[in-house]
Amino acid sequence: MKLLKIVAALALTAQIANAAEPTEGGTLRLIAQPEPPMLMLGLNQQGPTQFVAGKIYEGLLRYGTDMSVLPGLAQSWTVSEDGLVYTFELQNDVVWHDGEPFSSKDVVFSLSKFLPEVHPRARGVMGHVKDITAKGANTVSIELNAPFPAFLQSFEVSSAPIVPAHIYEGTDYRSNAANETPIGTGPFKFDEWQRGSFIRLVKNDQYWQDGKPYLDEIVFNVVPDAASRAVAFETGKVDVLRGGDVEYFDVQRLAALPDAETTNAGWEFLSPITWIQFNLRNEPMNDVRFRKAVWHAIDREFIANAIWMGFADPADGPLPASSPFYKENLPAADYNPDKSRALLDEMGLTPDENGVRTTVRYLSLPYSETYIRMGEYIRQQLREIGIELEVTQTDVGGWAQSLGQWDYDMTVNLLYQYGDPALGVERAYVSSNLVKGSPSANVSGLDNPKIDKVLSEAGTATSTDERMKLYAEFQQTVVDEAYFGYLVRVNFPTVYKTKVRNLVGSAIGLNDTMADVWIAE
Amino acid sequence: MNSPLSLFFGNRAAVIALACLAVITLLALGASLIYPQSPWKMVGAPFQPPAWGGHLMGTDMLGRDIAAGLVHGARVSLLIGLVSTAIALLIGVGIGAVAGYFGGLVDDILMRFTEVFQTIPSLIFAIVLVAIMGPSINSIVIAISVVSWPSVSRLVRAEFMTLRRREYVESSQVLGLPGWRIMLTDILPNAMAPVIVTATLMVATAILMESGLSFLGLGDPDMISWGYQIGAARTMLRAAWWMSFFPGVAIIITVLCLNLVGEGLSDALNPNLKRKKP
Repeated sequence: MKLLKIVAALALTAQIANAAEPTEGGTLRLIAQPEPPMLMLGLNQQGPTQFVAGKIYEGLLRYGTDMSVLPGLAQSWTVSEDGLVYTFELQNDVVWHDGEPFSSKDVVFSLSKFLPEVHPRARGVMGHVKDITAKGANTVSIELNAPFPAFLQSFEVSSAPIVPAHIYEGTDYRSNAANETPIGTGPFKFDEWQRGSFIRLVKNDQYWQDGKPYLDEIVFNVVPDAASRAVAFETGKVDVLRGGDVEYFDVQRLAALPDAETTNAGWEFLSPITWIQFNLRNEPMNDVRFRKAVWHAIDREFIANAIWMGFADPADGPLPASSPFYKENLPAADYNPDKSRALLDEMGLTPDENGVRTTVRYLSLPYSETYIRMGEYIRQQLREIGIELEVTQTDVGGWAQSLGQWDYDMTVNLLYQYGDPALGVERAYVSSNLVKGSPSANVSGLDNPKIDKVLSEAGTATSTDERMKLYAEFQQTVVDEAYFGYLVRVNFPTVYKTKVRNLVGSAIGLNDTMADVWIAE
Repeated sequence: MNSPLSLFFGNRAAVIALACLAVITLLALGASLIYPQSPWKMVGAPFQPPAWGGHLMGTDMLGRDIAAGLVHGARVSLLIGLVSTAIALLIGVGIGAVAGYFGGLVDDILMRFTEVFQTIPSLIFAIVLVAIMGPSINSIVIAISVVSWPSVSRLVRAEFMTLRRREYVESSQVLGLPGWRIMLTDILPNAMAPVIVTATLMVATAILMESGLSFLGLGDPDMISWGYQIGAARTMLRAAWWMSFFPGVAIIITVLCLNLVGEGLSDALNPNLKRKKP
């Protein structure tokens, strides 16, 4: 009954929102958590950077909440019959924030020079490209070596931000002074950044979409403590809470406030999966029986319902259920500690007088209370089957550092999917990505020629049926081998004040430009 | 004249506090008997209020028994309080005794050294030390000891400075006894009264400091403690008060009792300073 009422109320507000004309002006107050290291999106793609810089920079394409391809800086595009030539028609009358005109020259520079040098994901994608040419001021043509069906998914703003050639061409990109005052084409311009306090963006009056943006400015407050962030929302100091800004038990409470609404939309492009990451180079993690023992010791329903407060679903494989390539009915990792004990017995890891079979290091991921609780849960569950975890506490930077240098036994990690498995999933599994330095490369040391082959074929196959078959094989293999301990697919609820309209309009949700967002008075 | 013992037991508040501490100590010692399972074990549904579903003080966000955490946490709190105080006393009495007995240049050097430690705010210094060494029960004990010995050394130095002029000390010196022997057998026993009182209060401070460190996430990740329980539950205070309430009460009672006992001891050992009862 209560649910019905909420649904009815939501439907009603949706109608009102649709009926009302956008009003101009106002300040949207958000939270940058944690504070981003920089705002030059081409050089840094961490979550907070994507969130803030997504208003300053734009990509060629955007993606709807149903993952449909939408125009961005490109107003239209065509793909040749053989899937080798992509032609993008750019928007007219676009100018950079410093007043210089935007043209196909900037696109060619970004895609062929800037991004391949500094952006790991874009470098992978651009490896498929044979040639990029400007055909006139407003047309760019890209020719591929071989068909790459995920190519149209690769132009989201954080995957391929378009940067100004007149500022960066011929300079050292990483040390360019303009990185401090980013220049993009987006609806909001960089204005001021007081480190540790706030970042302010102001309206771009010359934005190429007439009449937009509606907001005068966007302020990102830096509030380091989750409880203070919840209070800031309650007292009206901020208008929007992103998933992860407040702890999950607070989401329910804040969502029930009379002037607040909540949505799970806007994470379709990233659809993160949380997993236990094993270092497959080290004993005993190199034994599939050990990894399965860990798998069976963990109740993913409990993690989803108790630790994530229901804002997550148990994950049974490497792909999100929303992916078109998701394989159903994978042998679900059932929660059965007796199976775990049997597997460990079989390995010859017998308990000593204290019930300890083996001790491994566990690198704690300190993103939020939720991750800390998850670590405590995993440690206790493994203790029950005789695996003792020696916990290393660290900060986020230390965690990324240890993981990037492969100096860990087990940890928990979160992987963004970036639309197509060839873009977001492949990187954690293929041997070609066994590179040190980044926590989102293949840091587990997975080196299986069969997986390399299947993924490479699946990435370049042109028929969707063929890709389905190959990705099904991939999913089956990694689940059989339990290379990762898949835990949950995380839903990041956005809680916002009812007066904020059109907040989530695409698959990247709050990371998008916010050109359409307006505040009702 | 009343003996210190009877003076102490004449102080009702101190006796009650001592009994309370005895109960807490018993609970801590018997933790494994009362709750044989690990306090980290998830024994029931999460977020159960007190006495709901058979858990006296309810369960926390992972379904761990709060009461089990409380008695196991008592162990950690008392252990850290006692051990770190013992170490601090060892350092503080040693340095203070040498400085006070010999005086002069030795005194100057040792006191300047002590002042270096006294100028740094103790909790912040402890946080830095634990952060550098990595959170573990050893590093916490070391950190608390390092920040708490200077006050002891000051106190002991003052006592030694007055006592070394006494006739019985001078007579020992005339007899040619070595300095260490005079310090140990003649002066130290007479300087112990204020040190014992200080030590009691130091245990209380150490427990508070350990709770503070655990609250900030710098506790030993393998040991449940009161500070950890509060730190983990504080953000849920409005949703589940019992999770931080009971550990908070435990800290208050323990620290209060230690202070009362300390005061009782002070009155008993220094009857001349005893305040007049109304």
